[in-house]
Amino acid sequence: MSKVLILAEHDQAGLNPSTAKCVSCAAELGADAIDVVVFAADASGAAGAAAGLEHVSRVITVERAENSSPLAAIIAPQLATLGADYDYVLGPSTTFGKDVLPRAAALAGVGQISDIMAVENPQRFQRPIYAGNAIITVTAPDNAKIFATVRVASYRAAGESGSAAPIESASVDAELPTHTRYVELQSGSGDRPDLQTARRVVSGGRGVGSEDNFKVIFNLADRLGAGVGASRAAVDAGYVPNDMQVGQTGKIIAPDLYMAFGISGAIQHLTGIKDAGTIVAVNKDADAPIFEVADIGLVGDLFEIIPALERALGD
Amino acid sequence: MKILVCLKRVVDYNVRIRVKPDGSGVVTDGVKMSINPFDEIALEEALRIRERGDAEEVIALSIGPEDCQQQLRTGLAMGADRAILVTAEAAVEPLAAARVMLKLIEREGTDLVILGKQAIDDDCNQTGQMLAALWNRPQATFASKLELADGRATVTREVDAGLEVIDVELPAVITTDLRLNEPRYVKLPDIMKAKKKPLETLAIADLQVDVTPGVQVETYEPPPTRAKGIMVDSVEALVSAMRDKGLLG
Ligand SMILES: Cc1cc2nc3c(=O)[nH]c(=O)nc-3n(C[C@H](O)[C@H](O)[C@H](O)COP(=O)(O)OP(=O)(O)OC[C@H]3O[C@@H](n4cnc5c(N)ncnc54)[C@H](O)[C@@H]3O)c2cc1C
Repeated sequence: MSKVLILAEHDQAGLNPSTAKCVSCAAELGADAIDVVVFAADASGAAGAAAGLEHVSRVITVERAENSSPLAAIIAPQLATLGADYDYVLGPSTTFGKDVLPRAAALAGVGQISDIMAVENPQRFQRPIYAGNAIITVTAPDNAKIFATVRVASYRAAGESGSAAPIESASVDAELPTHTRYVELQSGSGDRPDLQTARRVVSGGRGVGSEDNFKVIFNLADRLGAGVGASRAAVDAGYVPNDMQVGQTGKIIAPDLYMAFGISGAIQHLTGIKDAGTIVAVNKDADAPIFEVADIGLVGDLFEIIPALERALGD
Repeated sequence: MKILVCLKRVVDYNVRIRVKPDGSGVVTDGVKMSINPFDEIALEEALRIRERGDAEEVIALSIGPEDCQQQLRTGLAMGADRAILVTAEAAVEPLAAARVMLKLIEREGTDLVILGKQAIDDDCNQTGQMLAALWNRPQATFASKLELADGRATVTREVDAGLEVIDVELPAVITTDLRLNEPRYVKLPDIMKAKKKPLETLAIADLQVDVTPGVQVETYEPPPTRAKGIMVDSVEALVSAMRDKGLLG
């Protein structure tokens, strides 16, 4: 009888798609129960969505005013307490999951397995190290309690089950600190398709040259209904906000189509796109390392190629 | 105020990582080793705080083999006041590292701990959060801006949705993201001066912390390689190659 608890990620209104990906990973653990917990001020939206996912046995809501913002210091003690009855506690390897899970694991007195990319058996997992340049297989001892984050780019989102799992509200007896205050979220790229779930992503690098020039990337993305990404160099130079960074320290994504313009292809960038279906690269330097991983490469000036591409795509 | 900075010795970020043919690890012989880039940013931030007059002392801590002395000497040359090396021959998991850090925080009476959000070798992204949990203090992870005033820190964090601002009471643990600052270069005279700065060595066994690994690493493998792609020589050829793959439907 093994049980999995998944920490839901949400924005108080809806469920983040990373949660459904954690469910897919959990489904490989051969567990008897997969529960999802939603910590929120008002959990109804996220809980409803989680209850509709296949494999989910039960959704637990923990509603209190303190849970209105995603603070690790507040959520981790509740997760550690609730997790005491489970064999596995999983969360997404998003910035939210990476913030909360290790804190909860340490409170529970156990280590954590980061970025599970494959489950070999319920005790044995693969995870990337060195920016994805090596993959290790790790084994946890029998009966060990496992805290882990799930590399969301490695999993497809669980589908709808067609029938809703029960939603139960719980109160968790954990002392919550007052030392941490949430101030605000300054959101970056607004209402474009979400990078982590977009089927197509168009990205620009330092080669784009300026914030103003980035318009050509946005325009092409709009044409393709794509999300927009960027290299670290483009973010550092202030062309675009940080939440568009793809790579080892940005987002790890797995779109069907990734188009890189003016990106050289540093390993730290490539680690973010290894799971893309097709990588298209346009760079004026024929020796740029991005061409080593590109499925389709074209050497040339992006400022000539993008307009020509838009024309060739027709209406 | 005393600031503790943690410096991990890792394979330099410019090195192309190769897995040993027998799958027992990655090649580190004769490979350039450096301070984990995120930790270097942590040290830079601590030095700036001290230089502004908001801290009296910056202590650099490393956990690992004797060779970590090299990275600590670099840290001293950058400007840390003194260094502590906790020697450990076997790999130290994040939870064990956090326990070691806590011991030294308690000994030193530290008010602020700054460390990288992840080490570029194991990419775990855990230690700062675990330390904050064990210490029962706030954490502000993935920091791209840090302001200190009245015993509190206001931290801008790089999160998936943009920039999040939180405000924490000190003592606290801060983990750094890349855009927090640009670390200074070390100058030759500083390297000479650093040789005279104190570097204390402790054995991990003497600290009496539980360092039992939680998991066992079975094998190391190179990542799957992508199939070789094609080069096209015109936009028309690009569009037709994309259509063939059904990517424009
Ligand atoms: C610890 C660490 C973590 C990192 N994490 C990340 C990460 O998460 N993501 C990331 O992206 N980077 C990351 N980096 C940085 C990474 O090493 C590279 O510096 C960065 O990816 C380079 O970005 P770029 O390709 O845009 O710039 P460059 O390397 O400067 O490449 C620009 C490219 O544009 C081409 N170009 C210029 N003009 C044109 C034109 N008109 N038309 C076509 N092509 C043109 C050039 O030929 C060149 O290849 C990290 C680095 C470190 C040390």
